[in-house]
Amino acid sequence: MRRVSTNVLCAVGAAIAVGMATALSPFAASSPDGLERVAEDTGFAGDGRLHELQASSPVPDYAFPGIADERLATGLAGFVGTLGVLLCGIALAALIRRIGRRPVGAST
Amino acid sequence: MHIPDGFLDNDVALATGVIAAAAVGYGVRRAGRTLDERTVPLLGVTAAFVFAAQMLNFPVAGGTSGHFLGAALAAVLLGPWTATVVLSVVVTAQAFMFADGGITALGANILNMGVIGALAVGGLMLAARRILPRRRSVLLGVTAVGAWSAVMLGALATALQLAASGTVPLGTVVPAMLGVHALIGIGEAAITVTAVAAVLAARPDLIAGAPPAAPAVRHTAIVQEA
Repeated sequence: MRRVSTNVLCAVGAAIAVGMATALSPFAASSPDGLERVAEDTGFAGDGRLHELQASSPVPDYAFPGIADERLATGLAGFVGTLGVLLCGIALAALIRRIGRRPVGAST
Repeated sequence: MHIPDGFLDNDVALATGVIAAAAVGYGVRRAGRTLDERTVPLLGVTAAFVFAAQMLNFPVAGGTSGHFLGAALAAVLLGPWTATVVLSVVVTAQAFMFADGGITALGANILNMGVIGALAVGGLMLAARRILPRRRSVLLGVTAVGAWSAVMLGALATALQLAASGTVPLGTVVPAMLGVHALIGIGEAAITVTAVAAVLAARPDLIAGAPPAAPAVRHTAIVQEA
């Protein structure tokens, strides 16, 4: 395969991520995951609770609020969430790099 | 494998929080020295991919599902320390935006789903580079083993934290967590190998431990012999 530029690779990767989260997440398995299964089977699932900070989560449980259609709500949550994580990740990486390049502190 | 609030006692939440903060803090320092123009967007794209793939629960045995964790993938693509930063972005966003995983359990979740797997895979890759030949098949094999192991170690750590919190007996939770995650780990390995193979095909130079640019070397050798 011909080598692609980093920009193309990132664009394709981001498109795959956003596409998966938007189009496939509504069809993901909804059964309990490994830890939830173990919690139910061994009797401590009831101990779990939301932190008070999570009472006002913008998108609780991956369902975009105000949308009646469950699949649409999940797909939209995936779209917004993946874009949000993408932008946060790039912004944080840029910040870390800027701070890391300053000649302050130890260099090994 | 997201621990909600209420599963861990304060001591365990605090201890795992301190360990996760120390590891990710060191990861940030390391990332600051190693990130360059091309890896800054790659970090964001890797985080986005991990977040997206984590949403895609796949069925495993008997009314149970599993989902991708991504620490192994991030560690192979970006190195183990930068991977801890990637997974902390993902897990923190999940807790605050989506109420998935607790707030006081955030450190434990970053540790279990990010730090432990990333460092284990990093160590495995380093060992493999020293003792195994640099071939595509070897890299993908080590990636598969690393991805499965990362899930198992994360599941073990989660079980130990639950037992240490007095939530569930050790002898009950360890086999239960390892049993179900042995299956989920196979899914993790399949997704990780697929993604690494795709990047390897497009840009082998981005992956530490990838085989050297064999065609070019071979070509040179042939020219010299002729």
